[in-house]
Amino acid sequence: MRVTVVGAGIAGLTTALALSEGGATVTVVERSATLGADACSRYAGGMLAPWCEAESAEPLVTRLGQEALAYWPRVFPETIRRGSLVLAPARDAPDLDRFARRTTEHERLDAEGIAALEPDLAGRFRQGLFFPREAHLDPRRALASLADRLSARGVAIRFGEAFDPDGHSRDTVADCRGFAGADRLPDLRGVKGEMLILRCPGVSLSRPVRLLHPRWPLYVVPRGDGVFMLGATMLESGERHRVTARSVVELLSAAYTLHPAFAEAEILEMGADARPAFADNLPRIRAQGPRVAVNGLFRHGFLLSPALARRAADYILHGTQDPEVMDENPRQQRSA
Amino acid sequence: MEVYGVTLASRLLLGTALYPSPAILAEAVRRSGAEVVTVSLRRESGTERAGQAFWSLIRDLGVRVLPNTAGCHSAREAITTAQMAREVFGTNWIKLEVIGNHDTLQPDVFGLVEAARALTTDGFEVFPYTTEDLVVGERLLDAGCRVLMPWGAPIGSGRGLNNLYGLRAMRAHFPDVPLVVDAGIGLPSQACQAMELGYDGILLNTAVAKAGDPARMAEAFANAIRAGREAFLAEPMPPRDMAEPSTPVLGMAFR
Repeated sequence: MRVTVVGAGIAGLTTALALSEGGATVTVVERSATLGADACSRYAGGMLAPWCEAESAEPLVTRLGQEALAYWPRVFPETIRRGSLVLAPARDAPDLDRFARRTTEHERLDAEGIAALEPDLAGRFRQGLFFPREAHLDPRRALASLADRLSARGVAIRFGEAFDPDGHSRDTVADCRGFAGADRLPDLRGVKGEMLILRCPGVSLSRPVRLLHPRWPLYVVPRGDGVFMLGATMLESGERHRVTARSVVELLSAAYTLHPAFAEAEILEMGADARPAFADNLPRIRAQGPRVAVNGLFRHGFLLSPALARRAADYILHGTQDPEVMDENPRQQRSA
Repeated sequence: MEVYGVTLASRLLLGTALYPSPAILAEAVRRSGAEVVTVSLRRESGTERAGQAFWSLIRDLGVRVLPNTAGCHSAREAITTAQMAREVFGTNWIKLEVIGNHDTLQPDVFGLVEAARALTTDGFEVFPYTTEDLVVGERLLDAGCRVLMPWGAPIGSGRGLNNLYGLRAMRAHFPDVPLVVDAGIGLPSQACQAMELGYDGILLNTAVAKAGDPARMAEAFANAIRAGREAFLAEPMPPRDMAEPSTPVLGMAFR
C-alpha cells in the first residue's frame, strides 16, 4: 500500500514511521524547507508526563500517553527517564493539594525530599509532588532522530512541497498538518503557546519542574548543558509566532520564583505557535474517504503521537477502528 | 432580574476562563442554566482576530455575552478593551474591571469610576466590578452605571463573603439597584448566602471551572442560587438567642 503523509511535524513523522513499520510504502511531504521549521512540535516542552497531565486533561490522555513511555526510549534513546517534579510556593499550597487530588502515580515530597532530587532547589520549597515514572526529551533532537530513522527505512521527506488535496489521488493520504489542517477540519481551533529558551549555567536541574501558580503556571525542562526551555502560555487564539512582552514577563517571573539565578540567564530564543485542538482538547483520527486526518494533539504532541500513530496505521493498513480516537466527520453525522 | 432593560430568568452569570476544554465549558453553561457568560478579550485577541474560533464557540452557546476587561490596570486600557469587545461581540454590555494591584486583584476604584463615566458617555452599559464601598457605589451610579457588582472576596480566592456587614449595608443602601456579587465565591453555600441577603445575582468562574467536575458544580450553584433567592423572598425568620419550642410544652402529660 502506498501512503502519502502530509506534514513532517510530530504527528506526521510518527505516523509515517508506524505505517512504514507496518509494511506501507510511505512518502512524507512537508511545506517548509527544513525539518521542524514550521511545525509547532518545535516549540514543545517534550515532557512525557501522562500522569501530571491528568490535572487538566481527560483520562484518555493519561491512558494513551503511557504508550509514549515505551515508545520514545526505543525510537529516541536520548529520552531521559527521571520523573517529573511539581512544586508550589507556600502561599499556593491549595493548588498543590488540588493537583495531587486530580492525579495519580506520585509521591509527596517534603523540603528534604525535594533537595535530594534537585539539590539546586534545596531550601526553596517545602512541599512538592514527584512523578517517578515520567520522562522527558528534547523535541528538536527527537524530530531529527525520527527523520533519520525514516530515511534509513527508505522513506523520503519531500521538503518545500505544499499539500495539494487532489495531487495524491491514487495514494491514501494521512493528513497530519496540525493547525494548518483546519481548512479540512472546521471544528479544529488553535491554542496559542509561547515559550522561551534560556541558558543559565548557574542552575542545574535533572528533570522537568512544574511550578504551580494560580495565574502563571510554568514548567521548566532541562535540555542539558545549562539550557532550559520555559513554557508555556495557553491562549485561545490561532495566532502564530508573535510573543508578547506580557507573556515573557510572566514566564520569567515564574522562573525567577523557581530559582533567582534565572535572573542572570541568557535568552537564547523566544517562540510561539498554535497548538491544534478540538473542542474537548482530545486527539482524533478522522477518516474522510481516502484521506485520514490525524490531528488535535493539542499540548500533547510528543505524549500522544505514539498512540495516535499506531492507531492511524492500524486503521489505514488493516481497517481497525479504535472508537476512542476515531470519529466521523461531524458534518456527515449531521446530514445523516 | 432586570439589568439594562433585559430580563434574566437565571441569576447566575458564568465566566468562561480556566476550563479544561471548551467542550466542558459548554456543558457547564448548559447545566448552570446561565443566560449570561463573561468573556475576557484582552489576552485572546492578538493582532488579527486570531481568537475567532473560541469566540464562535462562545457564540454557539446561545447565551448573552458580557465581555470583560479582565487584566486591565488603567482606565485607558479598560476603555480600549471595551471598545474592541463591542466590535467583536456586537454588544454594548461591558463588565468593567480595572485592577489596582496585580497580586490581590483588588479593583482600582478611582480608575473604575473614570472608565465607567467615559464608557457610559460612549453608549456602553457598564457592569462595574467594585468593592462594597458605598461611596464608590454612589459615584459609579453617578457615572451612569445601573448595576453594581461588589466582590465577595478577592478574585479566585474562593473565600466567600468576606465582609458580611458591608454587603448587607450595601443592599440596604441601594435597595433599587441590581446588585451582583462578583468574585470570591468558592462554594454554592456562599452563593446561597449572598442571595439570602437579597442580592440579585452571582457572577463566578473559578469555583466552577476548577472544580473536579465543572458541569456538576455549575448545576450545584444554580440550585443554591435558586434556593437563596427563594429564601430571601420567603422572608426568613429572625434569629434569636433563646430556644423557642415550636409546639407548646405547657400542660403536656408527664412533665
